Amino acid sequence: MRRMFWSLVAASALAGPAAAEKPMVADSLAKIKAVGKEGQGNEAASAAWKTLVKSGGSALLPTLEAFAGANPTAANWLRSAVDAIVQSEEKAGRKLPAEDLKKFIDTKTNDPAARRIAYELFAKLEKETAARMIAAMVDDPSLELRRDAIAVHLKEAKSDAKKLSPLFAAARDKDQVEEIAKALKKTEADITSHFGFVERWYVVGPFDSTKGTGFDKAYAPEAGVDLTATYEGKGGAKASWKAVVAKPDSKGKQYAMVDLNAELAKHKDAVSYAYAVVSLDKDTPVELRAGSTTSIKIFVNGKPVFARDEYHHGHVMDQHVGQTILKAGKNELLLKICQNNQTEQWAQNWAFQLRICDATGGAVPFKLLSPEAK
Amino acid sequence: MKRILLLAMFLGFTVPGTAADWPQFRGPNGASVSDEKDLPTTWNKTEGHRWKTALPARGVSGPVVVGNTIYLTASSGKKDDRLHVLAYNFKTGELLWHRQFAATGGTNCHPMTCMAAPTPVADETGVYALFATGDLAAFDADGTLRWYRSLVGDYPTITNQVGMASSPILADGKLIVPMDNAGESFLAAIDTKTGTNLWKTDRLREINWVTPVTRSVDGRTPEILFPGRDGLSAYDAATGKRVWQLKGLGGDIPTPTVSNGLVYTPSRGLVAMKIEGGQGTEVWKSAKLSSGMSSPVIYDGIVYAASGAGVVNAADAKTGKSLWEERYGQKDKASASPVAGDGKVYVFAEKGLTTVFKAGRTAEILSTNDIGEEILGTPAVSGGAIIIRTDKTLFCIGK
Repeated sequence: MRRMFWSLVAASALAGPAAAEKPMVADSLAKIKAVGKEGQGNEAASAAWKTLVKSGGSALLPTLEAFAGANPTAANWLRSAVDAIVQSEEKAGRKLPAEDLKKFIDTKTNDPAARRIAYELFAKLEKETAARMIAAMVDDPSLELRRDAIAVHLKEAKSDAKKLSPLFAAARDKDQVEEIAKALKKTEADITSHFGFVERWYVVGPFDSTKGTGFDKAYAPEAGVDLTATYEGKGGAKASWKAVVAKPDSKGKQYAMVDLNAELAKHKDAVSYAYAVVSLDKDTPVELRAGSTTSIKIFVNGKPVFARDEYHHGHVMDQHVGQTILKAGKNELLLKICQNNQTEQWAQNWAFQLRICDATGGAVPFKLLSPEAK
Repeated sequence: MKRILLLAMFLGFTVPGTAADWPQFRGPNGASVSDEKDLPTTWNKTEGHRWKTALPARGVSGPVVVGNTIYLTASSGKKDDRLHVLAYNFKTGELLWHRQFAATGGTNCHPMTCMAAPTPVADETGVYALFATGDLAAFDADGTLRWYRSLVGDYPTITNQVGMASSPILADGKLIVPMDNAGESFLAAIDTKTGTNLWKTDRLREINWVTPVTRSVDGRTPEILFPGRDGLSAYDAATGKRVWQLKGLGGDIPTPTVSNGLVYTPSRGLVAMKIEGGQGTEVWKSAKLSSGMSSPVIYDGIVYAASGAGVVNAADAKTGKSLWEERYGQKDKASASPVAGDGKVYVFAEKGLTTVFKAGRTAEILSTNDIGEEILGTPAVSGGAIIIRTDKTLFCIGK
């Protein structure tokens, strides 16, 4: 018994403080990852954060690994812990574990945000190796790493189509896509297709939205779309579905826009719907990314996936993101676009665009099943 | 002094900072006035600084100072989704610590602003930083994370794609967070130690960039004054209950000032009100004292308002009678609010020119100082210096 005790003491001494700290680090990370809404779990997480940071360099990799599966709130607790750990290690004159950081970056299944943080730390330690690594990251799951990689190659590629083509395929940010497209002499249609915009829709409206009430009022299309139906619209006017083709806006800054002023006429205090049917080969997690300067709801197969009740605060591509799974086969997309009664010249637009993409913003292949617009 | 402060904190009183501190947006109680002496009059890009240090990212929030620490926020990244909280040594400009978060709310905004728009608030224990993304964090003075919250995670309809900018304040021992936006809007009191809600009061769903101020009506519990599109409302800091509202005093950008028993509210110009028992009596109003993005400052009985047209209008604070008007900057305007102290009024034009006026009933420009970099955040005044954050640099201006 006594021999066993001393063996355990010896084993523990040989393993060093890092091994002794391991369960403490794991416990701290678990407490931080348990934070919930409205500050739930903050007190436990606060104590855990201190313990984690006190553990020093040995907690760095476990903290980066803990980003996996962390909710966005917990991820930010972890993010600031990484900063504090690194600061105390640097202050103590201890080197960060470069090899471990490299392995973490090389493992593409690790959390993209944590890999980016690891890369920035690694780049401070091994500048030249980091530069070589970034060059191989043009299709990286981390959008920041991907962007930097594409920027590196863009400088070298100049107008070499062979070098530029794979960059075009990999690019996700609008500015980089447009820069490469220009060099490759790509058309508007090429860019629209690259982003995965839905280019043909059916639209109907206007329905009444006096005092903004239309946003929460479910008009007939929300119960199921019948493209042959005629509805009683705003002020008793008849409203029926109309096929439309999305096109670039007049300034050429936005792709695949449906201008509802042009298609339904200018209306105030109004609701409109847009409908499209797409088909996918297999069940696919997607982001439905929309642009609309007025209030918008997105429904997929009759279920709401996104809602934002905000008017005239600017149109930006991808400003509204609904996450869902599109099933193999037919999927119905229904958008609800509302207009308010602001009278300012800049508040007269109502228009939208929508694309189907993965979490990186890359187009997800789909077939548009809804009948061709004439 | 330290013992008194600790005792006050133990008893739950608000300790907004010592006389030398500049703990929040526009300084002590948002008045933009400092008691400091020997404040600088002349400087330029290279001279008149105690120190300057390059910032890691842009921000339009102002610096705050408590004790020997300057706290600052910034934001960066292609999508402006990387959020920074920074602490600097006031005496040397040395970076003490730097913590980062990823934005959990939307980052769309007007190109002039960014996600580091609300000014943080600090006390002796540390700093509370709010971002336009609804990310909210408390750090101890040494950079230890006390707590963090994603307000958009908590209340997902929060949205303002022009960009939010209202700053948090400390009142009655609580962190007061203004959150007027196009989605779920509220004024909330947060426990400074745990980050949990103490109370949360609904507000009109309209965007608004005003920072609340406080006043004490019975010598104890402060009232929080918070204008919005539906009028000027007062909330009991202990309970969050709205105790009165004056419709018609709508605000959206400049912040009110409480001075000499009057409440000066920017609303289609400036309105001076005596408010007792929820009844407001208009003392005077002046359309001429409109101040665009910046907030007017009331100093030694005079109102100074920097208009969006590049002119400072001065008026008697008791009567509203116009005293003088004078240009500041050339073809420029002010986003930062003017600050006053040591018999001077400092007006900061966006392109980096600061005009120093002699405080008084006649117009007198003491100096114009071009720092050559964009100034959008309201500077701090502390320790005989003016701390200016530009888009690139933190300057400590002073002898």
